[in-house]
Amino acid sequence: MSDQIKSTSVFQFSKENRLQWEPTQNKHVILYPEGMVELNTTSAEILKLCDGKHSLNEIVSELEKKFSATGIRSEITDFLSVAIEKNWVSLKT
Amino acid sequence: MPTSPKTIPPISPPRWLLAELTYACPLQCPYCSNPVNFSGIKSELSTQDWKRVLSQARAMGSVQLGLSGGEPLVRKDLAEIVDHARTLGYYSNLITSGYGLSLARIQELKKAGLDHIQISIQASDATLNNYIAGTDCFEHKREVAGWIKETGYPMVLCVVIHRQNIDQMQNILEMATELGADYLELANTQYYGWAKLNRDYLLPTREQVESSERIAQAYKKKPGVKGKMKIYYVVPDYYEDRPKACMNGWGTTFLTIAPDGMALPCHAARELEGLNFPNVNENSVSDIWNKSTAFNQFRGDDWMQEPCRTCPEKDKDFGGCHCQAFLLTGDATNADPVCSKSPHHGVIEQAIELAVNFAKPETSPKVFVRKRQNSKALERD
Repeated sequence: MSDQIKSTSVFQFSKENRLQWEPTQNKHVILYPEGMVELNTTSAEILKLCDGKHSLNEIVSELEKKFSATGIRSEITDFLSVAIEKNWVSLKT
Repeated sequence: MPTSPKTIPPISPPRWLLAELTYACPLQCPYCSNPVNFSGIKSELSTQDWKRVLSQARAMGSVQLGLSGGEPLVRKDLAEIVDHARTLGYYSNLITSGYGLSLARIQELKKAGLDHIQISIQASDATLNNYIAGTDCFEHKREVAGWIKETGYPMVLCVVIHRQNIDQMQNILEMATELGADYLELANTQYYGWAKLNRDYLLPTREQVESSERIAQAYKKKPGVKGKMKIYYVVPDYYEDRPKACMNGWGTTFLTIAPDGMALPCHAARELEGLNFPNVNENSVSDIWNKSTAFNQFRGDDWMQEPCRTCPEKDKDFGGCHCQAFLLTGDATNADPVCSKSPHHGVIEQAIELAVNFAKPETSPKVFVRKRQNSKALERD
């Protein structure tokens, strides 16, 4: 799956899931029919940028800035390929 | 409300809230999970009551909301309740037979913010479907499934599996594909309430269970199904060696509010005698969840008897299902008799043995359908 992801790829969060901040859990969750996934901070930040506008390059640089980190591209790509497999996001281009 | 003095482990919030809006239902399924004495429970929470309950539970961290019944569509204020749920941030699931649902009503619910619809079908052909449902509804359900897709909803199709329809497994799977289901729940009947009354009519044989599961598992891997339709196969616990971790543990995750406001740790728990379940008309959801004796009854493992008490698997299945222990052994603190370690496991083996006989047409028992008269008749007994 990660072969399909290019640096210019744009991602769209699925209409059938909902990404939501849960104050009582102090974390983001993905809600879908009869289920819920709790997200860690990094995963949530990646998914928030799956808005049909940001490319992989832009997501990487935004997160590098946010977490003052480098070399996280492959980690992000791996997570996105899992997210595609789980139908949380789709590949737009 | 009786409150619990004993020490209890840390309490997690009720992430899942099941709102049983009414016991009224146009269907008469013989495995209905409603209490067998539903005809004697007449009061229903008002719209304002439901809104208050939803708000209180949401503040505690509830996020998945099931709107169920009976048939929730019977409630004229359904869209208003959905609207309130959406405003609070719930993910709301309508659990319906589809009976009486129109395209206009689906659109109304969508506008109110409903997130998804789960529709049940009783069998893959009209004759059996209508017989099991006690209502002529098969064609309408198929139509409703089309509207659900048309409105852009993810569709969960739920088929309750039992001896009368289990041999249709292949057809059921193909029907789900044809209807465009995104999720297919193949839920083997759990034997409480009406299903327990009708167990000899419903319990499949081991051979049927094994063959249907093989068919379902193979279908999952088929090209065009994998990645498109998620199939959940809920195993029949009678044929398991160990009990299910019922409700993910009593009072850990699930909260059911019955039509009259009674708060239950699971929708079948009303059958447990002597627990004095609290009511949302008298108590806040937070007091009910955190402080009531009933919700603390089976938290932790202080309540356990042998073989559960010293069992290395007690943190995995929490002793199984207390309703099943109560219904089959008379004591809810016993191990779920589904467990092969239970001294009462013989009652399960006996039911399985009998199923082979009852499966023969000449010895098949009569069905006792879920309807008001039958519920009243039980009260008189």
